[in-house]
Amino acid sequence: MNTALSIKDLKAEFVQQFENKQANYKFGSERRKEAIQHFRALGIPTTKHEDWKYVNLLPLSKIDFVPEVLSTIASPTELQPYLLAEKEAYTIVLLNGKYAPQFSTLPEITPKIIITSLAQAFEQHTELVEKHFAQIAFTEKEAFVALNTALAEDGLFIYIADNQVVHKPIIVYFITDAQQQAPQIQIRNLYVFGKNSQATILTKFDTLGNNANFSNLVEEIFLAPNAIVDYYKIQNENENTYHIGTTKVRQDTRSVFSSITVSFNGAIVRNNLDLDLQGEYCEGNMFGLYILKGKTLLDNHTSVNHALPNAQSNEFYKGVLDEKATGVFNGKIFVRQNAQKTNAYQQNRNILLSQDASINTKPQLEIWADDVKCSHGATVGNLDKGALFYLRSRGISEESAKALLVYAFANEIIEKVKVQSLKEYLEFLLSERLQITT
Amino acid sequence: MLVIQNLKANIGEKQILKGINLEVKAGEVHAIMGPNGSGKSTLASVLAGREEYEIIEGTITFLGKNLLELAPEERAGEGIFLAFQYPVEIPGVTTINFLKTAINQIRKYREQESLDAVQFLKRMKEKAALVNIDDTLLKRSLNEGFSGGEKKRNEIFQMAMLEPKLAILDETDSGLDIDALRIVAEGVNKLRNKDNAIIIVTHYQRLLEYIVPDFVHVLYDGRIVRSGNKELALELEEKGYDWIKAEIAHV
Ligand SMILES: Nc1ncnc2c1ncn2[C@@H]1O[C@H](COP(=O)(O)OP(=O)(O)OP(=O)(O)O)[C@@H](O)[C@H]1O
Ligand SMILES: [Mg+2]
Repeated sequence: MNTALSIKDLKAEFVQQFENKQANYKFGSERRKEAIQHFRALGIPTTKHEDWKYVNLLPLSKIDFVPEVLSTIASPTELQPYLLAEKEAYTIVLLNGKYAPQFSTLPEITPKIIITSLAQAFEQHTELVEKHFAQIAFTEKEAFVALNTALAEDGLFIYIADNQVVHKPIIVYFITDAQQQAPQIQIRNLYVFGKNSQATILTKFDTLGNNANFSNLVEEIFLAPNAIVDYYKIQNENENTYHIGTTKVRQDTRSVFSSITVSFNGAIVRNNLDLDLQGEYCEGNMFGLYILKGKTLLDNHTSVNHALPNAQSNEFYKGVLDEKATGVFNGKIFVRQNAQKTNAYQQNRNILLSQDASINTKPQLEIWADDVKCSHGATVGNLDKGALFYLRSRGISEESAKALLVYAFANEIIEKVKVQSLKEYLEFLLSERLQITT
Repeated sequence: MLVIQNLKANIGEKQILKGINLEVKAGEVHAIMGPNGSGKSTLASVLAGREEYEIIEGTITFLGKNLLELAPEERAGEGIFLAFQYPVEIPGVTTINFLKTAINQIRKYREQESLDAVQFLKRMKEKAALVNIDDTLLKRSLNEGFSGGEKKRNEIFQMAMLEPKLAILDETDSGLDIDALRIVAEGVNKLRNKDNAIIIVTHYQRLLEYIVPDFVHVLYDGRIVRSGNKELALELEEKGYDWIKAEIAHV
């Protein structure tokens, strides 16, 4: 493995990685060839690229990442600290992007519910997978989608058939083992939800060890008419984590997709979340919370595309930034000419706790229909002085008063979490971060 | 208990308190009246430790301690309580949780054991009954969406919970209906004893009929321009402030 010195070298390194492996990929070799061509043409985005204006990926090229690092985790007790205390759940563990059946408890595969690794799904459910794979995550324009399509060999496949209601949450632990090396991981997920189906997918990202690590995640999510899906993405990795995630969602008529993205840590974390509302009366909800400190750079890049009439979208992200943390919120709303009676709401609120913390927040609205209701707003502020004085005048110390106010601010998003164990876990993380002891 | 000497305070460039002298002894009730904008709330805020005000001269001694050296939370620990003229709405923090934190931090300051959940709830029930405040209100976010009267009642409930030595009630009577005024006043009277003191800021004689003051002061343009007994309040109610203003202009 050679030391990459600039962005250009990093690109060459990825291409090399592809060429070394080329003959041995188990699925999608034609698609991979096309994808690597696209990646070659696109290169790693720089800050000159409008969508990457605030994210300088140069640090990535200074680290000797290693592909296909095998995890040394052998016993479930090593994973214990990262698991949620949810009694009734399907759990699936991916170690460095590879399905780890020994740590997973899944329902038996039936034609109604399939939860398995993507690699297996390509073998056993070829038709179903091929029908959806790479249908909404395109390689032509997005470098990291192209890279992932070229290199990813595993991930998760979930299929819920028509009319199936999955009561237990499906909890997916993406564990990065950065104890020995600096792993580079490509993860590819595909979730397909049938008509009238209902399910909860909870994805949780953690790191073992302190080494640098890089994950490039691409997910495609399909909701057939009337499907109702709750989706969670919880990120609390180490401070040397580079994560680029792209989640593409396509919704059909009257489906409801609700996401909650919560981020606590990382070096550079980029979350792309794109909802494509391709049905009437759809509902797309995007909620987010980020509680950052240190030098973390987090960029939540979201978009919602209203293609047809009578759909609604609702977006609400809140952030608390301390120390030298940097945040980016970019929310695009497109309302196409056909999408009359659209309701689209967007809000981003931030609290800066230090002079050195910063946030760039940018709403972008493109509206082509005339009969729509759209609203958006962004706020950046410090803690309310009047509220702080009120609390302190009752005997509460300045630190506790600040913590109470920040907790209350953040809790507005945590309250939306419907999985009890996750809610408690987030409350715990938040208290720990704010050093609240009661 | 409280001795204020020649207190002068600014906000920004503007001088608001222009030399206040006031002494309050344990067991006493003092009423402070005066026209709008004369500096009553400023005085109350300065006593509670609001940091936006700059003290340019004078001293405040509370139970032998230099109050001006203490942070707001330390003043609360020493026994000062301010019922705000405009209580702040704090979304996401329930009155119950907030008071639990407040009581236990004050107890810690006083080197007392913290109250456990059972003791806390017992005290809460007792004091809620005293000011006739509804349980459901206490479970809601602090003051958020409370009516004017509910906010004022919540202030007195907090006062009852924290049992201060010196309570400063800044226009607690405004916004209360006649029944609520009586209930709140009775609540305050029950909390009175020979060891604590109350400063009541008000525009009206009404409240003073229930909580009878030992002294009445008129604050005008940053100074206490007249002090008297409860008769002074009656006189003000009848005649307004013009005669006092005229007298001052004369001097
Ligand atoms: N933050 C501020 N900036 C500038 N001026 C201020 C500020 N706060 C208060 N003041 C001014 O200080 C003066 C005294 O205000 P204060 O609230 O103490 O009056 P008050 O006697 O309590 O009046 P009221 O009877 O209306 O409650 C007023 O003229 C007010 O406008
Ligand atoms: Mg006032």
